Amino acid sequence: MPDVEVAEARAVTNGISRRRFIGYLIAAPTLVAAADLRVASPARASVATVQPVDFYDLTDLLTDAANLTAGLITVAIHPDGTASFALPRAEVGQGLTTAVAMVIADELELPLDKVEITLSDARPELQFNQLTGGSNSMHVLYDQVRIAAATARGQLALTAARLLATPLPKLTLKNGVVAAPDGTSLSYGALASPAAVSRTQAVLAQLKPASQQTLVGTPQPRIDALEIVTGTKQFAMDLDVPGALPTMVCRPPTINGTALAVLNGAAVREMDGVTDVAIIPHTQFVPGGVAVRATTFGQCIDAVRALEVQWAPGDAAGKSDPDVLRDLVSAELPMTPALGQTLDQRFTFYFRPGDPLETNCAVADVRPDSAEIWSAMKSPIYFQETVAEMLGMPVSSVTAHVTQGGGSFGRHLFADAAFEAAAISKAMGKPVKLMWHRTDNFRQGRVHPMCTSRVRITYLANNVLTFDQRHTSVATDFTHGLGEILSATLGDVPEGDYLGYSQSVFTLTANVPYNFGSVTQLLNEVYHPPGSMFNTSSVRNIYSPEVTVAKELMVDQVAKAIGQDPYLLRRSFVRDSRMLAVLDAAAKAANWGRRMAPLTAQGIGIHHEYKGYAACVAEIDCTAQTVNREVENGYTGPRVTRVTYAVDVGLPINPLGLEAQMIGGIMDGIAQALTYSLHLHDGYFLEGSWDNAYYTREWNCPPHNPPTEGIQVIIMPPNQSEPGGAGEFGVAASMAAVANAYARATGTLPTSFPINHSQPLGFTPLPTVPPIPPSPTDGLQEAF
Amino acid sequence: MPTHTFVLNGNQVSVDCADDLRLLWVLRDLLGVHGPKYGCGLDVCKACTCHINGKAFNPCSVPVSDIQPSDQITTIEGLAATVGQQLHAMQQAWLKYDVAQCGYCQPGQIMAAVALVNETSAEGRQITDADIDSLRNICRCGTYPRLREAIVEAAAHM
Repeated sequence: MPDVEVAEARAVTNGISRRRFIGYLIAAPTLVAAADLRVASPARASVATVQPVDFYDLTDLLTDAANLTAGLITVAIHPDGTASFALPRAEVGQGLTTAVAMVIADELELPLDKVEITLSDARPELQFNQLTGGSNSMHVLYDQVRIAAATARGQLALTAARLLATPLPKLTLKNGVVAAPDGTSLSYGALASPAAVSRTQAVLAQLKPASQQTLVGTPQPRIDALEIVTGTKQFAMDLDVPGALPTMVCRPPTINGTALAVLNGAAVREMDGVTDVAIIPHTQFVPGGVAVRATTFGQCIDAVRALEVQWAPGDAAGKSDPDVLRDLVSAELPMTPALGQTLDQRFTFYFRPGDPLETNCAVADVRPDSAEIWSAMKSPIYFQETVAEMLGMPVSSVTAHVTQGGGSFGRHLFADAAFEAAAISKAMGKPVKLMWHRTDNFRQGRVHPMCTSRVRITYLANNVLTFDQRHTSVATDFTHGLGEILSATLGDVPEGDYLGYSQSVFTLTANVPYNFGSVTQLLNEVYHPPGSMFNTSSVRNIYSPEVTVAKELMVDQVAKAIGQDPYLLRRSFVRDSRMLAVLDAAAKAANWGRRMAPLTAQGIGIHHEYKGYAACVAEIDCTAQTVNREVENGYTGPRVTRVTYAVDVGLPINPLGLEAQMIGGIMDGIAQALTYSLHLHDGYFLEGSWDNAYYTREWNCPPHNPPTEGIQVIIMPPNQSEPGGAGEFGVAASMAAVANAYARATGTLPTSFPINHSQPLGFTPLPTVPPIPPSPTDGLQEAF
Repeated sequence: MPTHTFVLNGNQVSVDCADDLRLLWVLRDLLGVHGPKYGCGLDVCKACTCHINGKAFNPCSVPVSDIQPSDQITTIEGLAATVGQQLHAMQQAWLKYDVAQCGYCQPGQIMAAVALVNETSAEGRQITDADIDSLRNICRCGTYPRLREAIVEAAAHM
């Protein structure tokens, strides 16, 4: 773009209303418009060294990085009267496609069902504007898509004014029609071609004021809800790519082992339906093992189980939970010296799966000089560039399609299955439809790292003087490209210093929302990528759930020590009025302090992140009758019976979707506090099925029996001009509230999580050789 | 290769495959019916839940040879037709409460919920929270609370 346009944009954004921005009309056969947000970014980035989250947080950083290329994502108007937008983000259930469609429809004055959202292929020119993470998407896209849509609306109106020979101010735009006072009108469809421009040009875009928005802020169901309930929503494994036959991998008995030799390859190639068998070496990008391709996945499972493979162990061979814990404790950074009365406690958080319900999967068709890959990828540019190098072809020869994802929870920040599918397709010289088995997904897939979090609080009379937190963790792998953003934006992270990246993420997210005097929160990590012995990733909410649980449990301990109610203590120490408001809202709706039966209690937890504030009150039932209830092959234990969650995201775009994200986060919080983990034993994880890894099941979910039991989400009224983040914002406060409720109900401070992790194992671990179990054959006996 | 025949969503179908091939792969890989999802292949997650003669079951754990020519297999794609509607009451309730998030488990959830409500109706009673507690279908997005409301709503219209 010429410099003059940048200068013009600066004058506009610095001078006039916040609602006026520069947009671009893009040369195209029909009307296409984009935003220019390059000006706002460097101004903030210039002060963005490493600072407390009060001044600059992870949301700001991701936004500034993404806005540099805002002008490259466009809203297009078509002759059939629809608008389309190729979303440069993943949709993994978080409701982004719906929220973005609402924003575009609102700004364009078009019915919601006339806006079509697709997921964009990888576009390297977008640089940092195609990473889905940090609950940042809506925050950054809100301005980008509104400006693009407003630019298109302005051009539609101008064109209609000319064609209808009516002055612009007399026209009204509604429901995809521009109408003149004399009753004449033109549909957007009719205007799509006349409004097109032959030369890309910058124009002023006038955003609708918030008071005139009709969709933003209203509850709207998901735009793909009908496809979902009729079974027609397409995920990667539902695609029909010619020749892409089912493919699975026989995986090693320890984490990151590698296949040395196949002892019975010829026999397995002869098995029913099998077309190919190939060793796929383990690398930084490709988990690998021995791949088999067959007519059906059932035949793949049989072939994987039949393979006899000689394995070299991974680096974690021989390691178990206590070994990692010992390494973590010895890596803990020193506390500042204590003053006065001291509360000091270390909490342990075990490995936790990053499994969505859709297992890792991808379709790949790698030819000698080109490649096409389909998968639910949150960092598709990084994938495209890296896989091109891996395959030895130019980036432009690789097409990376982003498919709808069946959940993510951090698993899709890395495109493990896509890399692996590409490697297999190349090795076999054929298209493949690669699907991981569930057992592999738990045992070899990326996990939330095991960590400890030690908190030391000193207090005098009713005052907290110091708060120190030392978070020590198996390293979180950020090598998917977030590292590039951090180094590009902060400018001070040496290449290859992954410790520096994680320090930055920690510093940009960790916070203490209380006036606790002198505060320090420091991270140290062990087993660094690349080439770490464990496969980790930013599982939903990254460090925050554990940092928050340790912190909030200790806040309750302060309350206990000085004889104050946990809610009233928080009231007197929170340092932000928005936090106070959610705290009061949750406490009031939950009827905080109500009389509870023995072994039942309320607990409270609060959290600040993603430009928002959250407070949660949970009620738990730890009575023997409840704890000892039996479910076949299921874990019961204490039951959370009621959760009240108040959330302030500044500007809720879709309250229905926001509520859904909080509900999901609460289900995670319950699981993470009480039941959901992986046991590391002798170099592998014992869990191999959903009946081993205890994510919240129906019998763990609060019953729906309002007002005494169930989930209540309170969404605070809009108080900002921009939305904060939502997708990960339900986890930390709810996990902390459940932990505190458990402590209060039982009178015992839990110090390792999930609370059931150290109890005797509730299942018989599946064998590691063969790596996957056979499918049962007695399914009809279970019919109901 | 043996031929297996059964009634799928109202149509008689035949496939040639080994006896022990689990029905899920017959549906997904050979017949191209993609509503039932793979979530574990262990009869644990229940993402592939379908109906056999109106009862919920998991085709990942049933060899195709266990299916008789007269057996009526219904997948999510054929659910509405079983009640002669555009959408089954359970699907409508799902839309009303906007239950789904990613949607991957939801076909299985809906099929299981329909069978559960039919079962309790056959016993002449209303569905309870304890009944819903017995559903084993995993939703990793954590849609359980809305799902509970939707099931109760649908039960009133079934």
